[in-house]
Amino acid sequence: MATKIVMEALSPTMEEGRLVEWKKNEGDPVAVGDVLAEVETDKAVMELVARAAGTLLKQLVPAGSTVPVSSPVGWIGAAGESVNGGAAPPQADGQTDRRSDGQTVRAPAPAATAPTAPAAPTPPAAPTPPAAPAPAAAPPAPAPAPPSPPSPPSSPSAPSSPSVRVKASPLARKIAADTGVSLQGVTGSGPEGRIIKRDLEAAGRSGGQAVAAAAAGPTVRPSGGAAFEDRPLTQIRKTIAKRLVQSIGPIPTFYLTSEIDMERVAEAREALNASAGDRGKVSFNDIILKACATALIQHPACNAWWQGDHIRIWHEVHLGMAVAVEDGLITPVIRNTERKSLREISAETRDLAGRARERKLKPEEYTGSTFSVSNLGMFDIEHFTAIINPPEGGILAVGSITPVPAVVNGTVEIRRRMRLTMSCDHRVIDGATGAQFLKTLKLLLENPLALVW
Amino acid sequence: MTVITYRDALNQALREELKRDDRVFLMGEEVAEYDGAYKVSRGLLKEFGPKRIVDTPIAELGFTGIGVGAAMVGLRPVIEMMTWNFALLAIDEIINTAAKIRYMSGGQIGCPIVFRGPGGSALQLGAQHSQSFEAWYSHVPGIKVVMPATPADAKGLLKAAIRDDDPVVFIEGEMLYNNKGEVPEGEYVTPLGKAEIKRAGDHLTIVCHGKAVAVALKAAEQLATEGVNADVVDLRTIRPLDTATVLESVRRTNRCVVVEEGWPFAGVGAQVVDLVQREAFDALDAPVIRVTGADVPMPYNKHLEKAAKADPAKVIAAAKQVLYLV
Repeated sequence: MATKIVMEALSPTMEEGRLVEWKKNEGDPVAVGDVLAEVETDKAVMELVARAAGTLLKQLVPAGSTVPVSSPVGWIGAAGESVNGGAAPPQADGQTDRRSDGQTVRAPAPAATAPTAPAAPTPPAAPTPPAAPAPAAAPPAPAPAPPSPPSPPSSPSAPSSPSVRVKASPLARKIAADTGVSLQGVTGSGPEGRIIKRDLEAAGRSGGQAVAAAAAGPTVRPSGGAAFEDRPLTQIRKTIAKRLVQSIGPIPTFYLTSEIDMERVAEAREALNASAGDRGKVSFNDIILKACATALIQHPACNAWWQGDHIRIWHEVHLGMAVAVEDGLITPVIRNTERKSLREISAETRDLAGRARERKLKPEEYTGSTFSVSNLGMFDIEHFTAIINPPEGGILAVGSITPVPAVVNGTVEIRRRMRLTMSCDHRVIDGATGAQFLKTLKLLLENPLALVW
Repeated sequence: MTVITYRDALNQALREELKRDDRVFLMGEEVAEYDGAYKVSRGLLKEFGPKRIVDTPIAELGFTGIGVGAAMVGLRPVIEMMTWNFALLAIDEIINTAAKIRYMSGGQIGCPIVFRGPGGSALQLGAQHSQSFEAWYSHVPGIKVVMPATPADAKGLLKAAIRDDDPVVFIEGEMLYNNKGEVPEGEYVTPLGKAEIKRAGDHLTIVCHGKAVAVALKAAEQLATEGVNADVVDLRTIRPLDTATVLESVRRTNRCVVVEEGWPFAGVGAQVVDLVQREAFDALDAPVIRVTGADVPMPYNKHLEKAAKADPAKVIAAAKQVLYLV
């Protein structure tokens, strides 16, 4: 019996994929795990692998086509086997299947039952995929507005609208609920991509390769102690959350701006780069990331996720770094930024940003951040506000470093200064909490030697 | 324990019950002088005489009505249907009188009667004589429906059916009569309403009854050679259904195939699927798949008849489907 190849959800937010290139031709033998095609998701170019062995009988879509998740793109079966070219699997209508032993067997699907129900129109209520935070560190300059989801294929109520509902067996759902694992991002091996028990077992074995970052958490564990703690919501916290959401929208955001004297950072950077040689140069952004991670460790309340019924306080810092890419932006994550040296951070940001622009990031490289930083300083933007990347509680918008007149020790001097604006989810971070974090950050940047202390 | 045929196990049950209780009598076409069309009543006329073993004309509605009336006034008739196809002529007495009289008399009048005979298809008996009616009878409140698959169950369940105070439809299998198996001698009563796990396994549950039990066991044997261990649940009694045993098995295996000889639409398997999806929803890792006879009048043509029946190959295909092995 032939097996249908479907467009799989290769990223947590993927609704459709562009089949960039077929790696197997019709008639080619395939083994389970063979790469059948390259697929461009909303985030990266990924591999679509075979879930069955046999022969690639049919390519249903040409290279370059954009196909909704779960839609068929081809068939794998026995060489010479004829397949129904349409979307329905051959057994769905109970048609007979000529077996190799010559015996004709009726497929067990009872012929008298109703045909497969047509896909119901997808309700438009499905949550918008979490948007990467605002702007980033390369041209073209994106506006610091929430990025719109990938161009909707049609009107939301059209029956062809791809569903983002996760298909899973009741048992898989129960296991996921019992173990606290998210089904988002798990690749289902059942019909139509249905997630079944063995997929969860496989996801568990492969160390979260397929499990969404929200469930997998960071790959690096701190030496001793838990990566985070979940704090139950107090009544006052619940009331704050409810009232503020009523006021301003799903994320009650407020903004804190602080102007920072960057003279000493500039001096430190010049000194470092003068002796860097071929080890690569340190950017202002690298130093800001390092300082941000150090400050977050001192203010864990700002390094936290809003989880609906509790707040997750992270004891590790996974910094998201907004990077502009063609037609959008993405937020690669520097894991455990707080434990990395400036040189390590510098090398990693360069690598991640480069591969982000080539759309070569793996899902685990752009999910799971605990706090984000967006920098538009290189575009001479003095000050802006960035959009929070849920479930994170905050994001830092970094403006340009500009020589301005400043009062130093009672006299006016020309100083290189920079404005930082932190967007805070008021359900997670209160005004004073955010202000204390910014104050620490300011102290660190104005005395960069403290970063190595 | 001796090894005897399904036929002789039924004969043993009848003989023991006729001996034990003089209210018990057997009535039907060819049951006395001819020893029964399928020799189930062999020797009974000689032993119990013509008042206890009664030949009737070819008049199903008539003798069924006589039996129902006799049960209402205190006897314990066993009415033999030469086959369940012929019972269509008598179904008014079974449904409208036997099944209803306890309810309609406010509990004053019971109807302790057994209607028994072979059901389902045999080999090339044609569309009118190859039918499974257990779904019809089990649809009706007031009747118990029993389908033994093995010689031991044939004996134990027939004895329990005769002793039951309510009407029991007891469906045997023509193709089962010659099957041999170990049967306990003497008093051996199998309670109605209890399923039995005929083969234990953890990978999937195959629910079946009657002749389909042999089909399921054969499929399970083949699956075992491929490393798949099936739990084969023989319902034995269709109504009342042993829901606990079915659910316990499905909760253990997470997948279920239901096999029956009859037609798919509104079949016994549909009832089992209803139970499983409702009560064991969170245990299911795959949709429940049914294997049934084809939804057609049974073809006379030998090859078409074979193709229309539920067979081990179809059960294996269904098992692989719920195991996601295809």
